[in-house]
Amino acid sequence: MPARYHAEMTDQVMVSARGLQKRFGETHALRGIDLEVPRGSILAMLGPNGAGKTTAVRILTTLLRADAGKATVAGYDVRTQPAEVRRRIGLTGQNAAVDELLTGRENLEMIGRLYHLPARLARQRAARLLERFDLVEAADRIAKTYSGGMRRRLDLGASLVAEPPILFLDEPTTGLDPRSRLGMWDLIAELVAGGTTLLLTTQYLEEADRLAHEIIVIDHGLVIARGTANELKGLIGGERLEVTVADGDDLAVAEQVLARIGNGRPTVESRLRRVSVAVDVRPGMLASTVRALDDAGLNVDDFSLHRPTLDDVFLSLTGRGQADEEEAA
Amino acid sequence: MTGAARPLSASEVAGTADLAAGAPLKWWLRDSVEMVKRNLRHVRRTPELLLDVTIQPVMFVLLFRYVFGGAIPIQGTTYVNYLMAGIFVQTIVFAAMGTGILLATDLAKGMIDRFRSLPMSQSAVITGRTFTDLLRGMLAIALMALVGLLVGFQPAGSPIGWVAATALLLLFGFAVSWVGVAAGALVRTPEAVQGLMFVAVFPLTFASSAFVPTSTMPSWLRFFAEHQPMTLVINGVRGFILGRPDSGAVIGSAAWSIGLVAVFFPLALVLYRRRTSR
Ligand SMILES: Nc1ncnc2c1ncn2[C@@H]1O[C@H](COP(=O)(O)OP(=O)(O)OP(=O)(O)O)[C@@H](O)[C@H]1O
Ligand SMILES: [Mg+2]
Repeated sequence: MPARYHAEMTDQVMVSARGLQKRFGETHALRGIDLEVPRGSILAMLGPNGAGKTTAVRILTTLLRADAGKATVAGYDVRTQPAEVRRRIGLTGQNAAVDELLTGRENLEMIGRLYHLPARLARQRAARLLERFDLVEAADRIAKTYSGGMRRRLDLGASLVAEPPILFLDEPTTGLDPRSRLGMWDLIAELVAGGTTLLLTTQYLEEADRLAHEIIVIDHGLVIARGTANELKGLIGGERLEVTVADGDDLAVAEQVLARIGNGRPTVESRLRRVSVAVDVRPGMLASTVRALDDAGLNVDDFSLHRPTLDDVFLSLTGRGQADEEEAA
Repeated sequence: MTGAARPLSASEVAGTADLAAGAPLKWWLRDSVEMVKRNLRHVRRTPELLLDVTIQPVMFVLLFRYVFGGAIPIQGTTYVNYLMAGIFVQTIVFAAMGTGILLATDLAKGMIDRFRSLPMSQSAVITGRTFTDLLRGMLAIALMALVGLLVGFQPAGSPIGWVAATALLLLFGFAVSWVGVAAGALVRTPEAVQGLMFVAVFPLTFASSAFVPTSTMPSWLRFFAEHQPMTLVINGVRGFILGRPDSGAVIGSAAWSIGLVAVFFPLALVLYRRRTSR
């Protein structure tokens, strides 16, 4: 059985979902999500508000039952073997789940003991995490007195107490200041280097770009794109040409000009008075574009060529650009 | 990526070898104790959580001992001696009502989600709650006994009678706290649980033998009062602490308590599961 041998040796899939569906009354939160996270890798789930990210995480962490589809974590079915799954995961949900009337230290030690760690080990781990998350000074104050970011860090610490092999982090860095965010990124990189498998959701494209081995973009409960950050950027073409016009009324004309030069439909962001389009860079292209804009009588504020960011991918995939376009029309 | 759905054994997974499953009963007990510890810390940090089992019943003792008591004749003993059993049962019922209110408070916050993602015994969240409220109830009964002694209560029961009375109280308190859990899991907000429990408990307390002998009530009310569980528990406890055991009431109240547990324990678990897996 070479295939099986291969699978066990290298690409063991630690989290897998097939056709996950979930409805809340009339709301179709998930319409059939597939995903796989190989051992020791990071999958980032990207999507606008209400896309279904949290719902997917809750199903994978046994908090919610899917209406249809199958999901396994570490090879165990989340529906039929939740206890086995829980023994191997750590979860930090979107909303802080810390006990406000316990101190930071008590929170972590309690979680450790509820993971059935020996008391001494739970104490050691709690102390280490308090240090790691810069909470030593606040360790013996009740969590009610913590700031939002401190609570968030405590919550992240709680999911790490048992050093679980699989981590689910729902918007782990939302509400963290830049320094804490960088610290979190370092920690995540460290964990994954140590073999931890991680699924995270995020609104920060930079975060997905920096951390994730694979990204899935979901919208309205469906996966609308997947791949590495570079593959996704490739989806909307290589370089992008951006033109900002001085007068918002000129947007439509600018759009027509760019449509002739670029590949596919230009994206219009009316609030920014900006039109952009994917282009193939070739000799003389920039000069002819400038001339065409000039001929059309446009007053141009800014003109630039840049490599796409995940933001571009996100906006173009989730149709935000589209909506903006209609608004402008 | 080819998927291999072979489950990892606990020892294969770094850092979790020590999580290997022990006897479930042992973990259930340990997790429940952990939850009791957590709940007691809450009580210590928000002492107002004890109001319902301290100031409130003390006010009842004083009110009935000094305001109404003089107008209520009791055969064979003083009014304050008669009153204390009613106060004890009322207090343990208030403590058990707290179970529902505090569970609803927990459910309204994110902490329950955290517990549900852990490999702990899931029912320990609830049993930890009911055990805590038994402790609260016991503390309250000790306090009420003390207050009673200060205002002239003269207990006459034997030590064994007191042990038996305490057992009856705890059994009933345990039973009622499962009603509280069911209410807490069913209703959306802590305030609503409080309202619901009050509507249920208030008439049961007053249409009982807690403060006045049932013999003065009109016959229809008297029939209700004499057969409802609070009266039976009160009469059972009263018999023990005044040294004239009432075996009929003891059997009746034990039967009620066991019946309530038999119905509300599974019901509470089902409601809790349904509530948390939305
Ligand atoms: N318990 C619930 N009851 C009813 N509707 C729900 C419930 N949970 C989620 N939904 C709905 O399901 C959809 C997906 O929600 P979800 O929380 O998964 O989105 P999300 O991608 O995490 O969004 P965000 O970025 O805002 O966190 C939304 O339309 C939401 O209103
Ligand atoms: Mg979310």
